[in-house]
Amino acid sequence: MASLKDLRNRIGSVKSTQKITSAMKMVAASKLRRAQEQAEAGRPFAERMEKVLASLAGAVGSTGGGPRLMTGTGGDDVHLLVVVTSDRGLCGGFNGAITRETRKRLRSLTDQGKQVKLFCVGRKGRDNLRRDFANLIVESVMDVGRPRLGFADASAIGGRLIEMFEAGEYDVCTVIYNRFESAISQIVTGQQLVPLPPPEGDAAARPAGGAVYEFEPDEDAILASLLPRNLSIQVYRALLESAASEQGARMTAMDNATRNAGEMIDKLTLVYNRTRQAQITRELIEIISGAEAL
Amino acid sequence: MAETVEFELVSPERLLLAEQVAMVVVPGTDGDFGVLPRHAPLISTVRPGVIAVYKSRAEVSERIFVAGGFAEVTGERCTVLAEEAMPVGQIDREAVAQQLRDLAEDVADAKSDPDRRAAEAALAVAQAKQAAARSI
Repeated sequence: MASLKDLRNRIGSVKSTQKITSAMKMVAASKLRRAQEQAEAGRPFAERMEKVLASLAGAVGSTGGGPRLMTGTGGDDVHLLVVVTSDRGLCGGFNGAITRETRKRLRSLTDQGKQVKLFCVGRKGRDNLRRDFANLIVESVMDVGRPRLGFADASAIGGRLIEMFEAGEYDVCTVIYNRFESAISQIVTGQQLVPLPPPEGDAAARPAGGAVYEFEPDEDAILASLLPRNLSIQVYRALLESAASEQGARMTAMDNATRNAGEMIDKLTLVYNRTRQAQITRELIEIISGAEAL
Repeated sequence: MAETVEFELVSPERLLLAEQVAMVVVPGTDGDFGVLPRHAPLISTVRPGVIAVYKSRAEVSERIFVAGGFAEVTGERCTVLAEEAMPVGQIDREAVAQQLRDLAEDVADAKSDPDRRAAEAALAVAQAKQAAARSI
């Protein structure tokens, strides 16, 4: 039986834990709002880019050819997985879900006899994957977007991806990240970056008037400079989604933790009161029986 | 004047500008082009330079420096996708001059061809920025 003092200490420590988790929840909530706003603000560019790309792909696709970033190297022997996780923990299943998906893909690709390389963004994913696949990790970046996520962060990663592609280090590149659905649900998404999957629907290939676009200087030149940028944009989008998801996941996790701590405090307080009561009763009995014995 | 062009300037981080204007002049890679209502559909790359926005036909209402990007033009709309953009008036001349010196060094120091090309591209952007700052 724990003494009263032990119980008091335990209640005290659970209370301070609760304070921390509820503060973290609040911080995550405000960061989430900011991350969501940022993701919102980045959307127009990505949308316009997609439209331009679709019309270009339509124009180039009909003549055949196109840069290798779009058509691929022709092989699919070496796969590069870009794993986007967070730098910090305490965010529920956020990082676990990503690494689990990565392992699943890794296994299925290896079973098909492909070679897999890993590009880790974020400390948690790297630490987790390093245990089993240290030799597959070709690159890892950490502390991305600190203090604030900017396009420069994404274009640094995008630039590195392109360098590796030009050097022939991989054939297919897929980014795995948590897509932000809502504060309580994040969806693990795998998006293929290289070669670029064909845009959906070729209706977009024509401007509203029905006329065909003119290109300046020409399709290939535009495509050649647009594709690397598109890659950076896609990476940027993944980073933004992941940042918003991370805060959402942390908010939910900390909310649960705060609630659990509350329950624990209630239980401990009950035990504490009972023990105190029992002690008082026992002391009274001792006094009374002592008096009777006289 | 009845007809206007919907001009949009978008950066990856946010929508910078969206307004109805009479004309915009965009620095295309193959030369500047003006966009008036009912322009033929066009997609062009943009070189580092200054976009001039004409609210009315007579005068330039805004000058914006862009460090390259893309322009998509249709009959009603002109969309410029720029990675870096700022009003010409906000360019810090001294910062640009410093940047120019640094980049010139980078070009001189570059060891490999890709490094040199990257440094030269950055230098060209800085030069265009300086020219833009001087033009007002």
